[in-house]
Amino acid sequence: MLKRAWCWFDDITGVSNWLVPILHHPVPHARKSAWSYVFGSATLFVFLLQIVTGIALASGYVASTGQAYDTLLFISGTTFGRIVRGIHAFGASAMVILIGIHAIRVYLMGAYKYPRQMNWLTGAGLLLFTLLMAFTGQLLRWDQTGFWSVVIAAEQAGRTPFIGNWLGRFILAGDTAGGATLSRFFAAHVFFIPALIFLFLGFHLYLVLHNGISEPPKAGRPVDPKTYRAWYQELLAREGQPFWPDVAWRDVVLGFLVILTIVTLAVAVGPPALGKPPDPTIIEASPRPEWYFLWYYALLTLIPRWSENYVIILGPALFGAVLVLLPLVAGKGERSPIRRPWSLAVVAFAVFMIAFFGAKGHVAPWSPRMDAPPLPAEVVGTTTGPIADGANVFHKKGCEYCHKVAGYGGIRGPDLTYAAQRMTAAQMTTRIFSGAENMPSYTGNLTPQELTSLLAFLESRRRRPPGLSSAQ
Amino acid sequence: MNENELTETRRRFLTRLSIALGSIATAIVAIPAVGFLLGLRKPPRVWRTVGAVNDFQIGSTVKVSFLDPSPLSWAGVTAQTAAWLRREGDQQFIAFSVDCTHLGCPVRWLPDANLFMCPCHGGVFYSNGTVASGPPPRPLTQYPVRVQDNQIQILTSPLPIT
Repeated sequence: MLKRAWCWFDDITGVSNWLVPILHHPVPHARKSAWSYVFGSATLFVFLLQIVTGIALASGYVASTGQAYDTLLFISGTTFGRIVRGIHAFGASAMVILIGIHAIRVYLMGAYKYPRQMNWLTGAGLLLFTLLMAFTGQLLRWDQTGFWSVVIAAEQAGRTPFIGNWLGRFILAGDTAGGATLSRFFAAHVFFIPALIFLFLGFHLYLVLHNGISEPPKAGRPVDPKTYRAWYQELLAREGQPFWPDVAWRDVVLGFLVILTIVTLAVAVGPPALGKPPDPTIIEASPRPEWYFLWYYALLTLIPRWSENYVIILGPALFGAVLVLLPLVAGKGERSPIRRPWSLAVVAFAVFMIAFFGAKGHVAPWSPRMDAPPLPAEVVGTTTGPIADGANVFHKKGCEYCHKVAGYGGIRGPDLTYAAQRMTAAQMTTRIFSGAENMPSYTGNLTPQELTSLLAFLESRRRRPPGLSSAQ
Repeated sequence: MNENELTETRRRFLTRLSIALGSIATAIVAIPAVGFLLGLRKPPRVWRTVGAVNDFQIGSTVKVSFLDPSPLSWAGVTAQTAAWLRREGDQQFIAFSVDCTHLGCPVRWLPDANLFMCPCHGGVFYSNGTVASGPPPRPLTQYPVRVQDNQIQILTSPLPIT
C-alpha cells in the first residue's frame, strides 16, 4: 500500500529521477583526507539548526525597540525558550567556526582552482553573510550591548569616505538610534540575509554537483584547465564512490556530533546572559563585541592611531578583494599545499592573528577598569595620614582605573605597585602635570594638598624589605 | 513558411516586449520598496526642557535625559537621549553629547576627577569637553542649549557621526 502510494507520487513528480543521481553521484576516493571534507556539510547542518531555532525564537520575539528586551526575558524565562536561545547562540558560534575551517580546508587544498572558482566565490559570499548574520543576531538581543553595537557600527560606517555619514544614518534608520532601528536589523537578519544565503547556498550546492567534489591534491599534479575535466571524469570512472552512503556517512557523523555538542552546551550553559535594558540614558555601559569580532576590535585598537581610519575601512575591503581575486588570478596550477608553502603561511598567520588579537581583546588592557574599588587598607598599609589620603586621591581622581596597584585597578597605564622604585617624586610630579598620550594632564585638577598626599602614597609604593610586614 | 511560425522580426519584437514589461514591473515595485528602505526619517529639531536653572549648581556637570523630537510609540526607552549638562555661569550652560568622538561609546563623568572617561578605549576629556588623552580625534560634541523662562532647553540633534 505504502509502496503503491510512493510509486504514484514518484510517477506524477519524477522525484526519484532527480534525487537518485544526486545521492549516488560519484565522488573521488579521498582516502586519508576523507575526514577533512566534512566541514562544509557541517556548516549546512548548523545553518538548518539556526533556521529551526530562529523560527522558534521569531515566534516569541517582538521586533520593537521598546519591547524586544522584554520578549527576550519572556523567551529566556521558559524552559524550552532558554534552550532554544542557547542553541541559536552556540549555533551562531559553531557556524562561524565551521565555515572558517571549511574555507581554510578549501584554500589549503587549492580546491578553488579550475573549474571550481565559482564554488569559491559563492562560498566567499556565504562567509560574508554568515558574519553579517552573527553581527545582526547578537544585536537583536537588544540589551545595552545590542543598543551600543548599533551606535558603534554607525560610527564605524561613518569613517567611509564620501558616503560615511549617509551610511551611518542608514544603519540607524534615522538621525538617532530609536524606534525604527531595530525593525531594520530584524528584517535584515530574518528575511534579507537569509534570502541571500538560500540563493548563494543553492548555487553553491548546484556547483558542487556540477563540477564534482574536488579530489585530494597531489604534489606535482597541477590543474590544467584544458585537460582537467576529462581527467576528472576518468578518475571518477576508475575509482569514484557513490556519495550516498559511502561518503555521506562521515558528514552525518560529524553533523550529529556538532549538533549534540551545541544542544548539550545550550542545556548545560544556557544562552548568553542579557545585559541591562537598552536605555540610552544608562551611561554605565561597556559594550564589547562577540568573540568572533573581538580580534578585529583589538587589532583596530593596537594599530598606530593615525592608521585606524584607513584600516577600519580598507581592512575588510582588502580581505574581500583577496577572497574575490584569489580564484581569478590563481585559478590553475599546483593545488598541493606542499607546493604552495605560502598558503600554509597565510593560514598560520590568519589563525595566529585571530588567536593573538582575540586574546588581547578578551583582556582589553586599553579599557579603563571603571569599577575598580578603593584600595583596601592592607594594600595602602595605613588608614590615616597622608599616605591614606593619597590612596583616596588615587582612586577618586581615576588614576586607579588605568594604573594597577597590588592587583587592584586597570592595566591601561604602567603598574604602580612599586612606583617609588621606578620614579622620583619630581618625575612623578612632572608626569602628573604634563600627562601623556594616554594620560590626562592633572594641571589645575589637584589641590596642593591632594598632590602632596598623592606623592606620599606613590612614594610609599616600594618593595618591602624582607621581615617587615607593614609598609610603615 | 509555416503559417503558425512567427516571423523573425515579430519574434524579436515579442522578446523585447517581454523584457520591457518585466523591467517596468520590477521598477514600479522596486522604487517604492527601496525608496521606503532608504528614505530616512528626518524628524524636526525641537527644544526639550531638561530642568530649571536653579536645579543645577555652577561648576557642576550632571546627566540629563530628554525625549527624541518625535518619538515613535514603540520606541520605549530608546526614545530617550542622554546628555552631560554643565553649568558654567549664572545663565551659561554647555550640553555635551554622551557619545565619545572616537567610536560613540557613552562617556562617563567622573565628578571627583573632573574628567569624562570612555570605558571602551580609555579616551579622556576635560570638563570643557576638550580631549585630554587617548584616541578621540575631536572634543565632545556639544548640543545647542538655551535658557528660556528660567528653564534649560536642549535642541534635539542627530547622533554625531565622525
